[in-house]
Amino acid sequence: MTYQEIYTKLEKSPSWQHSYREIMLLGKQLPALPEPLKTEQARVKGCESTVWLHIDLDEQQQHLLLVGDSDTRIVKGLLSIVLALYNGKTPMQALEINAYKEFEKLGLIKHLSPSRGNGIKAIVDTIQQQVSQWA
Amino acid sequence: MSDITQLRKDFPTLKQTIEGHPLVYLDSGATSQKPQAVIDAVNLFYTKNNANVHRGLHTLSEVATTQYEKVREKLARFLDVNAMECVWTSGATHSINLVAAGLTSQLSTGDVILITALEHHANIVPWQQLAARTGAKLEIISVDEHGVINSDLALAEIQKSKPKVFACSHASNTLGNIQDVQAFVAKAKELGAITLVDGAQAFLHLRPNLRQLDCDFYVLSAHKALGPTGLGVLYGKYELLNALPVYQTGGEMIDTVSFTKTTFRQAPAKFEPGTPNISAVLGFGAALDYLNAINFDALHQYEQGLYQYLIQRLQSIDGIKVYGDLKNNIGTASFTYKNEHHYDLAMLLNSYGVAVRSGHHCTQPLMQTLNLNGTIRVSLAFYNNRCDVDAFISALTNSIELIEG
Repeated sequence: MTYQEIYTKLEKSPSWQHSYREIMLLGKQLPALPEPLKTEQARVKGCESTVWLHIDLDEQQQHLLLVGDSDTRIVKGLLSIVLALYNGKTPMQALEINAYKEFEKLGLIKHLSPSRGNGIKAIVDTIQQQVSQWA
Repeated sequence: MSDITQLRKDFPTLKQTIEGHPLVYLDSGATSQKPQAVIDAVNLFYTKNNANVHRGLHTLSEVATTQYEKVREKLARFLDVNAMECVWTSGATHSINLVAAGLTSQLSTGDVILITALEHHANIVPWQQLAARTGAKLEIISVDEHGVINSDLALAEIQKSKPKVFACSHASNTLGNIQDVQAFVAKAKELGAITLVDGAQAFLHLRPNLRQLDCDFYVLSAHKALGPTGLGVLYGKYELLNALPVYQTGGEMIDTVSFTKTTFRQAPAKFEPGTPNISAVLGFGAALDYLNAINFDALHQYEQGLYQYLIQRLQSIDGIKVYGDLKNNIGTASFTYKNEHHYDLAMLLNSYGVAVRSGHHCTQPLMQTLNLNGTIRVSLAFYNNRCDVDAFISALTNSIELIEG
């Protein structure tokens, strides 16, 4: 699912229960990471739940390739939104993304603020840090 | 207990909404809420009586010192021990570290430090470090598949290992189990052990009589018993306590100082360097007054009744598994739902205004024993009522529906 499709879905969510349901559905649709890729090195530090993230650059196309997984439904759903935001972007484009603002527009910040330890901030920071080396 | 409705009104934090729902506070194991009297006592100190203690001849300092020392006496009466046996610390963790550091010279290679498998990290790591410093062995009394210590097996384990140090929680922070500490302490002392009981969780719910319990050391945190944060207690039998070397040094705890030699005061002063947490001590004094004014037996009965109601309602949900000793319990329920991650359920519960704790609860070894990555923990206090339990159960079933829908 593209970020635009996700945006359209969540934008008109009538209640937080509905948002959560959509987020968990997004998580379900995100393919599970193969076990050998769930390495210690791929773990994002600073998340209460376990999150694995791989970031790569298609050097020919200059496109970002991100895959990830989490052991919780909600974080996996949120992760899939983050992946949709960044996948296929060039490093320069990626640096301009303000993920926090996007989450705010989706109405998720109120329920899913980074201070609750859902680790979205840690995930986004990890991506930005990696991408800045390519930009 | 009909007075509960009245008592509940004393807790201003409970009168708020979270995410549009009335707050259902079920995380008293992490910290208890504070009655208005405690807040007022802290407030009064800073608005009227603020002065340092044990210094200065001026009126405010005298008043502060008198009030501060009165709370130590009040606490001593509450615990049925002597005031000079009670040291103010920053919390139960500090208290355990003080004892563990102080016992360094008393242990040597091959000595046994015995603890249990359900201890909080704060009652594991200081002993592990003590073992590493001295060459002593850290041995563990195991729990069964529910997380319960079998008392007979524990006594046999104490007999077998002949520990030099025995440390055990009065009640488990993760599961709420009440340990048979009286029997364990008696057995360990009979074999010559120094004994420490971690009362961080139990103190509020059980109001232990330490003269009867007869342990050498008992530790607690004020904030888990209606008091302010940043204050703890180390009780120690005077000779053993005073025999411990100083832990931190500085002002207040000295007798004489020159550049070549310093002599220290006797316990408890020798363990209280620097300016103490005066406002927290005064707040804790108000907490003790508050507790003293409520009939303990009636309160205990009420708490136990509410806990049984909680367990019964939890167990009526298909797929819920509750861990721990459901008979001897301070009112804490730790549970899982099928293979669902505790994180998802706790997040959803919060959206219904329900505050619970989720995770390993600072007991990773216990979680490993139970083969879990975490649980959801509901911890009750006397200011909770059946409405709280009902609201929690309804939020839980809605959350489960949302997850499985």
